[in-house]
Amino acid sequence: MSYDWQPLLLTFYLAAMTTAILLVIGIPLAYWIAYTRIRIKPVIETFVSMPLVLPPSVLGFYLLLAFSPQHAFGQWLDHWLHVKLVFSFAGLVIGSVIFSLPFMVHPIQSGFQNLPASLIEASRTLGKSDLTTLFRVLLPNMKSALLAGTVLSFAHTVGEFGVVLMIGGNIPGVTKVASIAIYDEVESLNYAAANFYAMVLFAITFFILLTVYVMNKKWVRAG
Amino acid sequence: MIDFTLEKNLQNADGRLQLELQTSFDDGSFVALFGPSGAGKTTVLRMLAGLTQPDRGKIVVGGTTWFDSSNKINLPPQRRSIGFVFQDYALFPNLSIRHNVAYGTGKGDNAWVDELLGLTGLTALQNRLPGMLSGGQKQRVALARALARKPALLLLDEPLSALDAELRSQLQDDLALVHRRFGLTTLLVSHDVGEVFKLSQRVLRLEQGQITQSGTPAEIFLQQRVAGKLNLRAQVLAIRREEVVYILSLLLGQDIIDVIATDDEIDGMRVGDIVSVSAKAFSPMVSR
Repeated sequence: MSYDWQPLLLTFYLAAMTTAILLVIGIPLAYWIAYTRIRIKPVIETFVSMPLVLPPSVLGFYLLLAFSPQHAFGQWLDHWLHVKLVFSFAGLVIGSVIFSLPFMVHPIQSGFQNLPASLIEASRTLGKSDLTTLFRVLLPNMKSALLAGTVLSFAHTVGEFGVVLMIGGNIPGVTKVASIAIYDEVESLNYAAANFYAMVLFAITFFILLTVYVMNKKWVRAG
Repeated sequence: MIDFTLEKNLQNADGRLQLELQTSFDDGSFVALFGPSGAGKTTVLRMLAGLTQPDRGKIVVGGTTWFDSSNKINLPPQRRSIGFVFQDYALFPNLSIRHNVAYGTGKGDNAWVDELLGLTGLTALQNRLPGMLSGGQKQRVALARALARKPALLLLDEPLSALDAELRSQLQDDLALVHRRFGLTTLLVSHDVGEVFKLSQRVLRLEQGQITQSGTPAEIFLQQRVAGKLNLRAQVLAIRREEVVYILSLLLGQDIIDVIATDDEIDGMRVGDIVSVSAKAFSPMVSR
């Protein structure tokens, strides 16, 4: 019996895109939070951390409302960009990015905070801009933190269910990711199919994490 | 010529401290900032470097204004011609020694980097990472790195305090050599009298945020030693009783000596106390 690989491919594609986007927005955000002394910082930190405690269905519900063409934001998107985010892969990406944000930001923020302040100061006294300092001094010395953020965001997105269910709509080939597919197959009593998806997910995520920890160990020893 | 006036309100463990100083040095001079911990010495260095902002003041180096609170001028550290040697070295762990030293220089400065590495005895180590170096070697790298931009002002923040006596001595010689070779205006923060004496031409004594004394090392430190009596400070390591007398083991600088003491001298004394050891007849034997 041949199984449909689509949900698995969709899952990994979603996780990869989400992680890539999170790296691009997470690093500047983590940098800002780590070093700013602005007064509203606790508010920003709270917003970033909310997805950790918020029930996924709450976030899913609000995203559904936001994306819906019957409400302001959704209407604007539809009218100006001809984009419908509800029940679309793009909508899933946006939902995943918001939902996995703290998993990227927190490790990187810790990474920055664990570096001695004198490193940045030394770089400044040697004439380098803060951007140069970020890429030549800070990030290279935070490889473990960057790795942790990447892995956690990836894994968290793979495991996402509640948000995806609310705004994805279970459309095969578009928004039917593996976690939804498993649920679907169990509901239809197709345990063999459910087991297939579950085992593949388990094996692949296990090997991704294993590779990552082995690499991390090599870095720690070399550094 | 370096002129500065600095004022800053500091908050430290003992409460508030008002830091206020005004002074100037000639180009090429080696000046030491001497004083107890918490007097504000590191803060002065950081304000000159642009790492900390004074509440009020003015810093003019070689005709260029680096900071002027009344005219809202505040050059960031990148635009000031400084070399800063941090107490914890602050070497970049991901870069080799060579790349650390070359960090502040431009593309075509390989010969200059080679010269710096040679001068500080680091040529053989240039491809190693900072994590593999000893404290003394790291400090040399920090020094070479700070010199790379040929700064107008070299700032040294207790650079040798984490090293043992022998290494300190060697590195002090390196600092003196570098100063003679490049003639950089240097400001050294130190609480080691010997070091200050050996290296600086001028000393500013900083206490409670104010400059209390300014002069040559001889003027500042040799005032007290006018009497013809040898008076040393030592720390009590052990007190043993031998029949009718006590034997005191004392730590004098880096040496341990045993002296005999009577009941009166011992009275109230405990291990760890700082005591005064003096000899009345002043003709000790001095040899190399």
